[in-house]
Amino acid sequence: MAKLLILGGGISGHTAALHARSLLGHQHEVVVVTPNSKWNWIPSNIWVGIGLMNQEQVTFDLGPVYKKKGITYIQAKAVSIHPEGSQDNSSPFVSVSHTSPTKIGENEEINYDYLINATGPKLKFEATKGLGPEHNSLSVCTYGHATETSAHLDEAVARMKKGEKQKILIGTGHGTCTCQGAAFEYLFNTEFELRKRGVRDKAEITWISNEQELGDFGVGGMHIKRGGYITHSRIFTESLFTERGIKWITQAHVSEVEKNQISYEQINGTEGNEAFDFAMLLPPFSGVGMKAFNKTGEDITSILFAANGFMIVDADYTPKNYEDWSAEDWPSTYQNPTYKNIFAVGIAFAPPHPISQPKKSVKGTPIFPTPPRTGMPSGVMARIVAYNIADMIKGKESEPKRKASMAKMGAACIASAGANFFNGTAVSLTMYPIIPDFHRFPETGRDLNYTSGEIGLAGHWIKHLLHHAFIYKAKANPFWKVVPE
Amino acid sequence: MTTLRKAYEQSYYPPIPTKLTKRFRTNLIWQFIRFVVINIKMLRMVRKH
Ligand SMILES: Cc1cc2nc3c(=O)[nH]c(=O)nc-3n(C[C@H](O)[C@H](O)[C@H](O)COP(=O)(O)OP(=O)(O)OC[C@H]3O[C@@H](n4cnc5c(N)ncnc54)[C@H](O)[C@@H]3O)c2cc1C
Repeated sequence: MAKLLILGGGISGHTAALHARSLLGHQHEVVVVTPNSKWNWIPSNIWVGIGLMNQEQVTFDLGPVYKKKGITYIQAKAVSIHPEGSQDNSSPFVSVSHTSPTKIGENEEINYDYLINATGPKLKFEATKGLGPEHNSLSVCTYGHATETSAHLDEAVARMKKGEKQKILIGTGHGTCTCQGAAFEYLFNTEFELRKRGVRDKAEITWISNEQELGDFGVGGMHIKRGGYITHSRIFTESLFTERGIKWITQAHVSEVEKNQISYEQINGTEGNEAFDFAMLLPPFSGVGMKAFNKTGEDITSILFAANGFMIVDADYTPKNYEDWSAEDWPSTYQNPTYKNIFAVGIAFAPPHPISQPKKSVKGTPIFPTPPRTGMPSGVMARIVAYNIADMIKGKESEPKRKASMAKMGAACIASAGANFFNGTAVSLTMYPIIPDFHRFPETGRDLNYTSGEIGLAGHWIKHLLHHAFIYKAKANPFWKVVPE
Repeated sequence: MTTLRKAYEQSYYPPIPTKLTKRFRTNLIWQFIRFVVINIKMLRMVRKH
């Protein structure tokens, strides 16, 4: 009998758990440790943030699903990994701290044979003074944050209905943020919603971002074929902003968020302030801060984790200049090189370097997007890792054979730009590969036959369909495997 | 919303869609076709892995 322990019941951890359970006989145990009792379809938090959906529509209780599937569920937070065991415990184990109301604060050691770290990001609001819902700005990263943001939006709309002008500021709250796509969706949905509520003329909307240019999205942007030209996503994105009357500030690191104003610095050294009445600014991400110890209790956190707290896997972490980056730097099995029974998937693995070119301001402040790991690649890598571990447990393979490098994987991304069945729109993007490979595709780094983008109502229908399809799949309802990651 | 009168400001340069382009974005028949096409594109992407 083998025991697979999965840390994190989010998009990638839950996917890994469902696949592993379906592949492994019941003599083997699949255990999920996750602090929240609910599963959240995070992409739809955008719609919670504008009041179109409520929390219940984007979440469900994990407990009954795990019971139905025969997955052991422990509501707790992983604190430290002990890959060699300890003086008193010869098995590798993870120390967890319980978070359920009945056991809160209790600690436990959970042994494992194989471990998947799928703990996602820590939302590092503290990186910028005054950033975040506990201080002076709002967020849509969790369904709780999104609910609060929606209430603030209602208040801003009420003021606009009384004739007051409102300054709306949306974007990234630090020079090293990722997930620009999510902020972009919130920006466009807010603009659409303000039009719908008849107050658009009272709102001045500004986008602030650490991207070099609009349309970068943390992947260096993308080129697509359109109208006889190969055109960069910057052109299309600037067009979408202009059409909607949205002003933009790029190459910006937000250094402080005060009650109704931010201070920022740009790559060229410009320092500025921007006033706001309503600000939704994403935080930068780091790993969740787990520690690691060897058998003698010595701290080996730096062997398991990179400095940013994400887990070291089979990537090439040698520091290189942008010109020397290669698609081969990116991991393909997500196995830790030191402890071969440990894997990390989704946002939890440490990327070898960014995708967009790193930049520093004249003062030396890093201002560039860190690499996004969106839902589709997170799900695909989780499935591949679950299959590899199942093969090893069953003795079919001695090492992971299936591969899922982001440099060989495509992504489809539907970014909502306004939710309505008849006049809503969304930007539908496909790109292959996610990591530009200038060796295989010397012109643009990507295969132009598989890289595309367009805006329209069809995108909104797909986004809505995906909301229901992914929640259906995550509930492990009949034929859940038919829905691709 | 858009005005091209503000010369040399950031909104002066980007392309903006014509009325026809905008209409096609929400035209039910055209968008149904695009729905099928985008789904095929996404499935090709999924199958490529
Ligand atoms: C607002 C928003 C909108 C987005 N929209 C899209 C979109 O439209 N399309 C798309 O593809 N992607 C989108 N993304 C990105 C997508 O949500 C992520 O790619 C995805 O959630 C990553 O999955 P994950 O499993 O790595 O992390 P998560 O889904 O965040 O899961 C991590 C899990 O680990 C748990 N955890 C945390 N700490 C611990 C611990 N110490 N021990 C155990 N468990 C722990 C967390 O509670 C959580 O359940 C969006 C993201 C945001 C924030």
